Order: sequence, then structure tokens, then C-alpha cells
Amino acid sequence: MSISSLVSASAPTTTRRTFIKVTTLAGAGFLVGCGDSSSVGPAVRAAPPAAPPVAFNAFVKIGADDKVTVIVKHLDKGQGVTTGLSTIVAEELDAAWSQMAWEFAPADTARYANLALGLQGTGGSSSISNSWMQYRQAAAAARAMLVQAAAERFGVAADSITVADGILREPGGRSATFGELAEAAGAVTPPAEPALKDPTSFKLIGTHVPRLDSVAKTDGTALYTIDVTRPGMLTAVVAHAPKFGAKVASFDASRARAVPGVVDVVQISTGVAVLAEGFWPALKGREALAVTWDESGAEQRGTAELIEQYTALAGAPGLVAHNDGDAVGALAGAAKRVDADFVFPYLAHASMEPMNCVVELKPGECEIWTGSQFQTFDQMTAAQIAGVAPEQVKINTLFAGGSFGRRAVPDSDYIAEAVTIAKAIEGRAPVKLQWSREDDMRAGKYRPLHFHRVSGGVDANGDIVAWNQRIVGQSIVKGTALEAFLVREGIDASSVEGAGTPYAIPNLRVEVHHPDVGVPVLWWRSVGHTHTAFATEVFLDELAAAAGKGPVEQRRTLLKDHPRHLGVLNLAAERAGWGTPLPAGRGRGIAVHESFGSFVAEVAEVTVDADGTFSVDRVVCAVDCGIAVNPDVVRAQMEGGIGYGLSAALREEITLADGAVEQSNFTDYMPLRISDMPVVEVHVVPSTAPPSGVGEPGLPPLAPAVANAIRAVTGKPIRRLPLGERMPV
Amino acid sequence: MAISFMLNGAAVEHDGDPAMPLLWFVRDRQGLTGSKFGCGVAMCGACTMHLDGTPIRTCVTPVSAVAGKSVTTIEGLASPAGRAVQEAWRELDVVQCGYCQSGQIMSATALLEQNSNPSDEDIDAAMQGNLCRCATYHRIRAAIHLAATRLTG
Repeated sequence: MSISSLVSASAPTTTRRTFIKVTTLAGAGFLVGCGDSSSVGPAVRAAPPAAPPVAFNAFVKIGADDKVTVIVKHLDKGQGVTTGLSTIVAEELDAAWSQMAWEFAPADTARYANLALGLQGTGGSSSISNSWMQYRQAAAAARAMLVQAAAERFGVAADSITVADGILREPGGRSATFGELAEAAGAVTPPAEPALKDPTSFKLIGTHVPRLDSVAKTDGTALYTIDVTRPGMLTAVVAHAPKFGAKVASFDASRARAVPGVVDVVQISTGVAVLAEGFWPALKGREALAVTWDESGAEQRGTAELIEQYTALAGAPGLVAHNDGDAVGALAGAAKRVDADFVFPYLAHASMEPMNCVVELKPGECEIWTGSQFQTFDQMTAAQIAGVAPEQVKINTLFAGGSFGRRAVPDSDYIAEAVTIAKAIEGRAPVKLQWSREDDMRAGKYRPLHFHRVSGGVDANGDIVAWNQRIVGQSIVKGTALEAFLVREGIDASSVEGAGTPYAIPNLRVEVHHPDVGVPVLWWRSVGHTHTAFATEVFLDELAAAAGKGPVEQRRTLLKDHPRHLGVLNLAAERAGWGTPLPAGRGRGIAVHESFGSFVAEVAEVTVDADGTFSVDRVVCAVDCGIAVNPDVVRAQMEGGIGYGLSAALREEITLADGAVEQSNFTDYMPLRISDMPVVEVHVVPSTAPPSGVGEPGLPPLAPAVANAIRAVTGKPIRRLPLGERMPV
Repeated sequence: MAISFMLNGAAVEHDGDPAMPLLWFVRDRQGLTGSKFGCGVAMCGACTMHLDGTPIRTCVTPVSAVAGKSVTTIEGLASPAGRAVQEAWRELDVVQCGYCQSGQIMSATALLEQNSNPSDEDIDAAMQGNLCRCATYHRIRAAIHLAATRLTG
């Protein structure tokens, strides 16, 4: 998702004001962490400290056992943020990597807001960029407090103390560990402006440190929402409407109630919930339910009908998102003209862990366990339903088995459903709501269907002089709490982000239509860039061909004032051997795209057989994400973005028949499997710029690079995703 | 009549619905949550356990089908191949969200117990049933090769 890129054009940094807010928390007592071993890192779990650790501020705790615990304000859904934030803290603290532990922060917007979003939440690939200065300053302040405590203990000047690997030393040879000084250091007044390290002296940042979550995620002990058990807990499975907007007309639960293990059946706003002693009886109970649905208010259109309506809309002027020069006039005067219509399907996130949430209601209390990605919204929504104040909602954030945007929901849909069920049984038992794969696949919140119509013109000199683009797709934030912030003059910026830019085309126009469709939509890893990068990079190749230029040559010309784009473009091209001959049937394609503050170029190598079947054999990626805090995590995120992007490009598509979703499980929505995965090489550009995003930026260039590679072999343009089994040859 | 079998070396009994999938018996009744639910139709492999050493999809395996047999989950993984796979996974930092990885590790271990030096094609064939939405496939291949080297080296 892209809120950071929409709200804040540049990488966010901690202001002095926000830092003061952080430091004033020191000495105000211990942070109330999750208090549950489920959310504590493995190192802590293995050796529980005898006395509570000392909270130096909202982000750093140190125990007498030398354990440094980093309070992680972001959800981990695979992107490695527990390691990333711990690396930043260990660096400024001069801690040893082996003493680092972490825990997820509680829901507390005042302390743990994402500085790019203004609410507690994870998204827009902003976890490291918004935390970078905040966590450095918090750790540097803690270090200064430790140094002061050491100076007092040893009776020496503070500036004579050195710190390395978690040990403070004075010139005479005496030393003390963090743990030995923690209590005294916690009583030191925090410095107003702690000195930060010069980046040239970084020891951990930019090097390889082992991920802090690797052990727990390889021995089965990592805890996800699905693993939570509470005393007396019931598992809820919900019969959901077959179409978006349909309601329960009536239901008969007599057979469901007869299933052994089923305890209760309740009607809720989203369907009928079966509560049972475990998932299996709940599922059997749901199968035994008879529900009649009122579909009078439901969305009834099918995919073909929607595409037809979108195509018609693209023929009419839309809201103007970009307008440089006179695209229409320049197009009319162009020597050559290219026209293309692109279609992008609805996409499901299909994270491996289907959506779920555990809720326990008590008078004046609502406690939640879930992979919460928007703690602020989740807390507010739960409070409203439970009838308590937001601060009476305690959220225990757990590992999420993937998200790709799905758990960052403005209306907290599955969390709201869980709280609603708990309330419907009047809090008699803790409730674990567990969606089946089919629930998850059919619940909506898809990457919206999009249609693009693009026309481009080349003049007699072979220069691209006109680019006119119309985009049709549902607004993601319309009707949500974020609409006021993210929609300007009717335009949802997430629909047009990445369109047309950054190429030096003198006459560029981008318009958008936002039709109303009753299909719930949401950000999906890299959001608008999923379709705008494809239309831009594929169409640019076609225009370059019309201009008689090669793909790399054309991009270099149009990006001459964009050094970071050029840097990754040239690096990827060089490492991929761009221009070297390939055997018959093989081809290369390139794409470059900026998103979430980072610059990524990818070269795809494909093989297309005579019958049109094809394989993606190799992807070479160059990324400039500023300072790479954990270069190996950056590489992993590029590999993951490439795989997730390829998965969608090859086969993923949610289709509707008379408003009903046609897919149900991995039998008919078929993600990438290991045999589809190409060889991937990632090259990280050295940089001194502040860190920018990596979770999403690896994805947008992938599909256009693959499509451009296929067209390089077949000569046939590709205008629709997913690609499917065979290419036109 | 109760169904009994060995779970990670200890005898267990189930006297409920014999059609209950092994996954839910192990997770909800035995409290071993390392094996995950992803699809319920044997299409993702997150629920993979070993049945007498063979990897099976436990979301579609009724408890009745394992009567008298021996089941191993990620929690009970102790064979040399299993240890080597876990260590290789950690050394190469394969995991991202981690949700599918118990299943990946169970499939990879079973592969190495049958084939001490698998090729990329062997790996793809053995791991084809295990989905990873984080697309850690690239590192899974590398980690299986690394584990194989350690086991034979």
C-alpha cells in the first residue's frame, strides 16, 4: 500500500518534536509490553529475566541479563522488520547482535504512530524509512544514559568511556555490561539531542546479521493468530453471503446445532456464525446450516460486463490527474501513433494464513490477538462494536502469515466480524474467528480491476512527443476513513501513482474515472504501481519501437535528468548482459520504476516455444533504496516482490459471474509454485541516502519486464494480465 | 472405539469424529500448532507432516487413516536430515512470513531422506506441493542443496 507515498512525498524523518515526545517517556515507568510470551522474541523466551527490564524510552529496554529488547511498532508479515529495527538500535547502542531481542508494541497511537501515516500502522513500505531517525535517536539516547552511568560508577569523564559489543570500558581497564548499568542508567536524565553515529562508522548497518525470527519460524514455535488459545475459547466459522452486498434473509440452524462440538449459532451483520470446540466441528456445523440470502442489494455484474462498461468509460473525458503541455494536440500532429488498451484483473492477496482474529470480551475490556496492521483503526473499530473506550481495547500483535496489504483494512473487516461474534454471545467465551481459504478468497478486498487506454505519438525526428492515458478503476479509499486524506478533487492518488512518470515527454496527460462497483477493494502489494508501471513500461517499449530505438537506449534518453533511475537501469542492464546474443526463442525485457521512495530496474529473460508456451528463466534486479540497513533482507524482499509479481502476471485472476466470485481455493486461483520461480539476482546500489521502501518496490517492474521480453521474441504486444498459458506467436 | 497412533514418539488417542483431519486433531486437541492450515484441500502443503516417514497433507487425512502408525510434526523433527534442513534454512535466512515454512521443512526433510543429493529438478518435483506466497522458493532450493552438502560432506 502506498499511504506514505501519498501523504508524504519524501522519506519521513523524525523531527525534533517527535523525538522529545519519545524521550519524555523515559523514567515514566515501565512500558507495558504485550506481557504475553507469544509476542516475545525467542531469545527472551529462552531466558526470562528475573527482574523487569529497564525501559529507557518507548523503544529500548535493557535487562539485568544484558538482553536488549527493541519495541517493534510495526507488524511483521515477513518483511523482516523485527530484524531491521533491532539492527538500527544495536548499531546506535553499540550492542552485540547476540544480545538483541524484540517484542511487538501494544496499540498506542501516541507512542507508536507510523510517522509517515500519522496513525499506528504498517504500510507503504515505510517501516524502516519512518523509524530510521526515531529508533536511532532512541538508541543513541539510551547509549548516552549508559555512558553517563558508567562515568559515575567509575568516577571518570563520560567522554573517556568507550562502548562496544554491549560493554562499557573506562581508560583504566574497568568495564561494565549494559545489564550491570541498566538500573542506574535508567535513572539518568535522557539527553535532549543525543549524538548519532557518523554513517561511515556503522558496524552492523549495511552488513549481514542473521534474522531474529529465523529460529522461531523454522521450529514451529513462531506464534500466529491461528495458534492462539484462550481458556474456554470457541472457534467461529461464518457462512458468508454468496455475493457482495447480499444479506441473510433467514436460516435454519437445527442440523448445525446437532453437530457434535457445535456450541452456538448466531446471526451477525456479515452472515451466520457457527461457534464450536475447534475448527473442524465449526466447519462441519457451517456445512449443516441452511441459509437463505436476500440478494436484492447485491452486486450482480460479471467481469465481462464490468470490462465492457470500463471500456465505454475510457471513451469519455475523466478527472485530470496530470497535464503537461498539450497531449491531444501533439498526438494529432505526430508522425507515428500507437494506441493500446490494457486490462488488469481483480487480484486476491491470498496470504498463506487466512484472515483470523481472537477476541476476549469482559466488562469494560476487549482484548484482541491478531496480526494487526492498522492498530489505530482496529482499536477504534473494536471499541465501537464492543461498547468500550478505545484505550480499553488491548491489541496483542502477532506474526502475520503474510498480508500483502490484506491486514491493513480501514474498516478492520475480519476484526470487526470477530468482535461482533464475541458480542453476540455476550462475551461468554473467548472467540477465535477463523476464515477458511474459501472465505478468504471470496471476501473481496481485492486489487481493483483496472482498464487503461493509452495513446502515444512519435515525431519525425523519432522523439516521443505525446502520451495520453485514461485509467478506469474503483477508488480504494472512497467511503473509508482515509478518503478525506487521500482523495483530492475526486482523484484517488493510489489509482494514478506511477502513471506517465518520470519520462521526459513534453505533452503528457493522465485522466482517471472511478466507477462505483459493489466489490470491496483494497491495496495489494505496491497498489497503483501494480498496473500503472505495467501500462507505462510496456507502452514505452512499443513507442520506442515506433521511434526506432532500443528499450534501454530509449529509457536512457528520457531519464537523463533522473540519476537514480539511470543508476539502476544501467546496473541491471549491465549485470544481465543486455545486448549480448541469446539463442532463438529466448528474449530479454527491461523495466524501471520508482515506488515508495526506491528505484528498481529488472531485466527478465524468457523462453517462448513455438506453441506459445513460455518460461521466465532469469530475473536480474538492481535496487536503490538508500542505505540498506540489512542488505540480505533487501535482497529477500526483491526476490519476494519478483515472485509475488510473477505469480500475479502468470495466472492470478479473480473473476465474477453475475456478481459471484468464481474462484474458491488454490485449485482455481493458482499462485506461483517453486517450478515457476526463475533464477533471481539482486544487486543493491550503494547509497548514503536515507533508507526507503523495499517491501513493495521489487514488484512493479517485474510484469512489464516479462511482457517486454515475450514481445521481444514474438513481436506481439501484450495488453492483458494475467498472461495465461500461451502467448500469441 | 478410540483411534490410537504415535505422535512424535508418544502414544495418543482420539475418540471423536474419525473423519476429523489429522491437522485439526494435532492443532486443536494436542496443542501442537507448528503445522499450519492454508487451504483444507491439499493444495498448499502448509499442513505437511510425516506418516511413517512419508510427507502427507494432513488437512485431508482423516485421523482414522493413521491408526497404528507413526506421525511426526515439525515439533518432533529430530532426524539428522531434519536438523540439517533447519540449520540450512537459518543460515540462508530462507523465511519471510514463516507461515508455510514448517510444511516446507517437512517436505524438504523427506526429500533428503530419500535422495541425498537432489538436483534442482528433483527439488522442484518434491517441493511442488508447498506454496509460499512470500516466494522464498529461490532460497528454499539453495538451502536444500546446502543441507545435502552438510549431510553428505
